[in-house]
Amino acid sequence: MSTTANSESLHTSSGWFPGLRSWWRMLIICLEERLAYRSDFALGTVMRFLPIVTQVFLWTAVFAASSRTDIAGYSRDNIVAYYLLTMVTRAFSSMPSLAGGISRSIRDGSVKKYLIQPIDYIGFLLASRIAHKLVYYIVAILPFAAVLFFCRGYFPPAPDGLTIAAYILSLLLSFLLGFFLEATLGMIAFWFLEVSSIIFAYMLFQYLLSGHMFPIDMLADIPTGITGVSLADVVRLLPFEYTAYFPAAVWLGKITGWELVRGLLIEITWLVIMIGVCRFVWWRGTKRYSGFGG
Amino acid sequence: MYNSSETKSDLIIEVNDLAKEYRVYDKPEGLWASVRGLFHRKNRIIHALRGVNLSVGRGEFLAMLGPNGAGKTTFLKLLSGIITPTRGTARVLGHVPWDRADDFRRRFALVMGQKNQLWWDLPAAESFRLHQEIYRIDPVRFAKIRDELVDMLGVSHLLGQPVRELSLGERMKLELIAALLHEPEVLFLDEPTIGLDVVAQHTIHEFLRHIQKQRSVTVVLTTHYMKDVAALCERVVVVTHGSILYDGSLEQIVDRFTTHKVVTLDLENAPAPGEMERFGFSCEVHGPRVSLRIDRSRIADVLPKLLASQQVRDVSVEDVPLEEIVAGLFRGAANRQAGVDPEQEVGAV
Repeated sequence: MSTTANSESLHTSSGWFPGLRSWWRMLIICLEERLAYRSDFALGTVMRFLPIVTQVFLWTAVFAASSRTDIAGYSRDNIVAYYLLTMVTRAFSSMPSLAGGISRSIRDGSVKKYLIQPIDYIGFLLASRIAHKLVYYIVAILPFAAVLFFCRGYFPPAPDGLTIAAYILSLLLSFLLGFFLEATLGMIAFWFLEVSSIIFAYMLFQYLLSGHMFPIDMLADIPTGITGVSLADVVRLLPFEYTAYFPAAVWLGKITGWELVRGLLIEITWLVIMIGVCRFVWWRGTKRYSGFGG
Repeated sequence: MYNSSETKSDLIIEVNDLAKEYRVYDKPEGLWASVRGLFHRKNRIIHALRGVNLSVGRGEFLAMLGPNGAGKTTFLKLLSGIITPTRGTARVLGHVPWDRADDFRRRFALVMGQKNQLWWDLPAAESFRLHQEIYRIDPVRFAKIRDELVDMLGVSHLLGQPVRELSLGERMKLELIAALLHEPEVLFLDEPTIGLDVVAQHTIHEFLRHIQKQRSVTVVLTTHYMKDVAALCERVVVVTHGSILYDGSLEQIVDRFTTHKVVTLDLENAPAPGEMERFGFSCEVHGPRVSLRIDRSRIADVLPKLLASQQVRDVSVEDVPLEEIVAGLFRGAANRQAGVDPEQEVGAV
């Protein structure tokens, strides 16, 4: 049945423009909502820097204890710079409580409202996550700038413009990749109501294989049993390292030329795959959804 | 089946043999049983809806009555496309609801008890603005409708306050406004007055009646409260155990399911013990006030004798209260169910 004359006059024309406007409105509303909790946010930001400080102390101690000036191509200064840079990447790619929030909304039934309203849930989640990040950056930019300023001595000279452009691109891609990975993870709740252990297992892999714990090129000497293929070569084909290691290594000039292009292509490929998987999982999940919670 | 005067083209909701089964996992009590449950799970199939047929015409105001777990909410979830049925078909405004076409979703609204469409931490005005964008409502039209609805419910002073600070009744009113901003042709209400005080219930009844008349919205409402039904609906569907037990007007329920009337007498003096019982009807005596349940066919015959035998100050003849009739219907269905048709089949997976 087509829309009646009454509702024709009521609704403005459809197409991408009104879609963009409602998306913009969602962004604004999410921003307002996030700002309602600014004190909570400020505290969270400060807490985020504690791990960096401990990492810096740890590696300083490691280098002091060994007589080497270089571990897997990283000097002590390099290592400190590397951790600071992965912190920057994680500020883009990490999605605190995204998967958990999605699974909770499925469990307690609040996801229903997105099934009833003419709204794209994944688009909405993306808008709300961008708002989340923007508010975070507003609050976090000062402490981040201060830390990077005090630690400027650890960094090599700034790379050329093209590398910086590739770095920024890889950061933005890491945001999207992180988003679609975790959104998909949260939607597993359509099948298993309790997904916190799955999220935990994912976080563990993510922590090990993203370069959050140590630079991935330290795995270059670890064989996999296949001749000429190291563990680093395998990890390179997985999506994880693009959410922490890859942008940091680009800035430090460890990935250049053809390797840089290849890395960006792998990252884009994973992003496209995850967008597809996320949509598919949402589509299948809502088919089997049984509307829990009243 | 209830026959109303609408023509076929004006059917807003058409449901054929709609059924929904849920598989639930029985969580046994105790730690050891939980551990065993890891390897061997018992699943139960719950038949929430067992092949329901229903047609609703444009502008009808229909109430679904039923005890908890009767399948009312499942029915609304199916009609609003939240869940997919196990079997059967449904069309709402010509759409299959669970396809969730945007064109369909722009034309109906669902209000589910306390599940809020409103943003908890923001003032309702913000949520309304978001609805304007989501439903693509023309700004001038939006402002007009919003002001109208807000005036009707008298909540203009609440629009700027974060929703979490409002009372249940206030929230419900704002939920209703949010649901009506896009002028839906079909409105599903799941227990809209649950937990509200009498005044708020009354306000919401008045509001719904007005809106429905003014815009000829088709409304399907589920409720436990006979008050909701008596105030609002001409048509009543009684649901128990996933099946429709009755579909018709409110008055017809009384005709069909009661055999008695209640005659209440106010006497000059309290009757002697056993005096009223001799008429052969069940009776309750509270001092000088006596209530008798009398066969409808015998009222005309018995009433003059009663009045002649006593010194009567006042008399009233009333139908059995609706609550009682419906409760009787529910009980009857429950008994039949327990006897013949086991509700759940147990199977191991």
